[in-house]
Amino acid sequence: MDITEVPVSRDSAGKSKKNKKQKKKKSAEGAVEGKETEEKKTEKKMEKMEASFPPTFSVSEIKNKQRRHLMFMKLKQEKRKQKMQLKKKKKKEREALGDKAPPKEVPKTIENQRVYDETTVDPEDEEVAFDEGTDEFSAYFNGLTNPKVLITTSDRPRGRTMRFCEQLATVIPNSHVYYRRGLPLKRIIPQCVSRNFTYLMVINEDRQTPNGLVLCHLPDGPTAHFKVSSVRLRKEMKRRGKDPTEHSPEVILNNFSTRLGHTIGRLFAALFPQDPQFVGRQVATFHNQRDFIFFRFHRYIFKNEKRVGIQELGPRFTLKLRSLQKGTFDSKFGEYEWVLKRHEMDACRRKFQL
Amino acid sequence: MQHDDVIWDIIGNKQFCSFKVKTKSQNFCRNEFNITGLCNRSSCPLANSQYATIREEKGQCFLYMKVIERAAFPAKMWEKVKLSKNYEKALEQIDENLIYWPRFIRHKCKQRFTKITQYLIRMRKLVLKRQRKLVPLSRKVESREKRKEEKALIAAQLDNAIEKELLERLKQGTYGDIYNFPVHAFDRALEQQDQESESEEEEEEDDEDVGQREFVAEEEVEESDLSDFEDMNKLKTSSDEEEEETDEEEEEEEEEMEVQTKASGSKGKSPANGSAVRKKRAYVEIEYETEPVAKSRATS
Repeated sequence: MDITEVPVSRDSAGKSKKNKKQKKKKSAEGAVEGKETEEKKTEKKMEKMEASFPPTFSVSEIKNKQRRHLMFMKLKQEKRKQKMQLKKKKKKEREALGDKAPPKEVPKTIENQRVYDETTVDPEDEEVAFDEGTDEFSAYFNGLTNPKVLITTSDRPRGRTMRFCEQLATVIPNSHVYYRRGLPLKRIIPQCVSRNFTYLMVINEDRQTPNGLVLCHLPDGPTAHFKVSSVRLRKEMKRRGKDPTEHSPEVILNNFSTRLGHTIGRLFAALFPQDPQFVGRQVATFHNQRDFIFFRFHRYIFKNEKRVGIQELGPRFTLKLRSLQKGTFDSKFGEYEWVLKRHEMDACRRKFQL
Repeated sequence: MQHDDVIWDIIGNKQFCSFKVKTKSQNFCRNEFNITGLCNRSSCPLANSQYATIREEKGQCFLYMKVIERAAFPAKMWEKVKLSKNYEKALEQIDENLIYWPRFIRHKCKQRFTKITQYLIRMRKLVLKRQRKLVPLSRKVESREKRKEEKALIAAQLDNAIEKELLERLKQGTYGDIYNFPVHAFDRALEQQDQESESEEEEEEDDEDVGQREFVAEEEVEESDLSDFEDMNKLKTSSDEEEEETDEEEEEEEEEMEVQTKASGSKGKSPANGSAVRKKRAYVEIEYETEPVAKSRATS
């Protein structure tokens, strides 16, 4: 007898998994999810039937709901028992072998299973090195320019956003907060350029919290638009230290591996002055994990050469890149180097862009 | 026949008018042809046979006049005249079209026309300024992203990553001479390298000491004492920073330090030199009370 495959919808499969955990073995009233889901679940495991059932028998063929339910639960229990036995056996073998046991398997994580991105930067790649030597940040990295940052907001900022701006200004040395009086960005940018600003940072606000960040490198550099989330201001943070001092912090950039990631990393690096003052013992971290960039600001102290203590000061927030545009801010006619396209890029769980 | 008064009597006061909006202080009229927007005897478009309004459509203003002879055909009752875009010319047009009409209607028409042109001008100005773009948020997407962010945060293990990075930077020496640790790392590395030759060196040193003490007794002793005390100082500073594990190693290394060049040893000892000098003097005062020895000490 052939077994027909019933198309499984994801929702019902998910729901049935949840419901099964709540069910008890012999409760007839527990079968709320209906016979459909059970059918689908059992048909998935068609190939893994036990010897106790005749080979062509499937649980879904029992017409009586209660009995079908019972048989299904029995099936699940059998499977679980087998799994436990297998585990125990493996553990015994491992103990028996002792040193010669094969090494423990590394559990699969999303980072392990990440789809290889062909734009991943090789450290020795000459082309990348050449590009980076001649791109818009080369002036900064060659020590020619000093960063000068202008921080502003969208129209009519509310208290939280203004406080966030002020705290950012203490974190980034040589930065100024200006009130945006409804001026269009295209008019602000030439003024900034004429006053030797290197960066323009616009914090967009929605419902009294910051939710967007536009970071524009000024002498026609790239413009990056980020989504800001989980903003914690200084007074909301537990166990924080005193306010940061005026020393320039060090910068840590973690996990920026692809070409795009490199560009963004350099974008962040150029915010801070080239020579950090180690006396201040402050460090600003931009850590990229699964396309989320976490920003933290710490003060560190070396207890001995193997241990370091860090204490968080300063605001913390997470960024997610939405778009990267080649010139300065121009949403209409700008040339976009990269735009987040949700349907293409978020389709695969293991594929990341940065 | 249109009996205005009768109509007003009915809809205005006694019975229902579907266009009337009642509020606590005032009555408004929702009829689109109403000239003032209030529900009055003189403003009601239903209760006045001679009536005119100004309406605008897509930026164009029209003068609408009610032709009561066509009251039987309500769709054709209103006549419209397109007004010119020039404000003064349009006012003249209104005047000439409503030439013998009651003062009230003429006046109100012009007022309404003025208001309309003003708001049209403002609309045109706003379009030139910055437009606010409203981007719709999809709840599902937002909650998904939030979840992903939480998981990413857990996977990131930020504190560990930061600490690791800082320690690596320390090892690589980006911090230069600020911290005293590099000395110990250096010593430890050296100790690991020279572990094989340690025993030999010790024997040699003993031989040298034995040999040299006969000739240059004091200086040799001083130097060894010096190095001893420098190491002691190092030990002291290290204990300040809670490193007792290296004390034993320090003691082992004392003999090695003699063999090594002073330069290498003094690299990390520069901060401790001050204390070493102090220690030297203390030692001298206690043990060597003869002046010539002290003087030579001071000069060296």
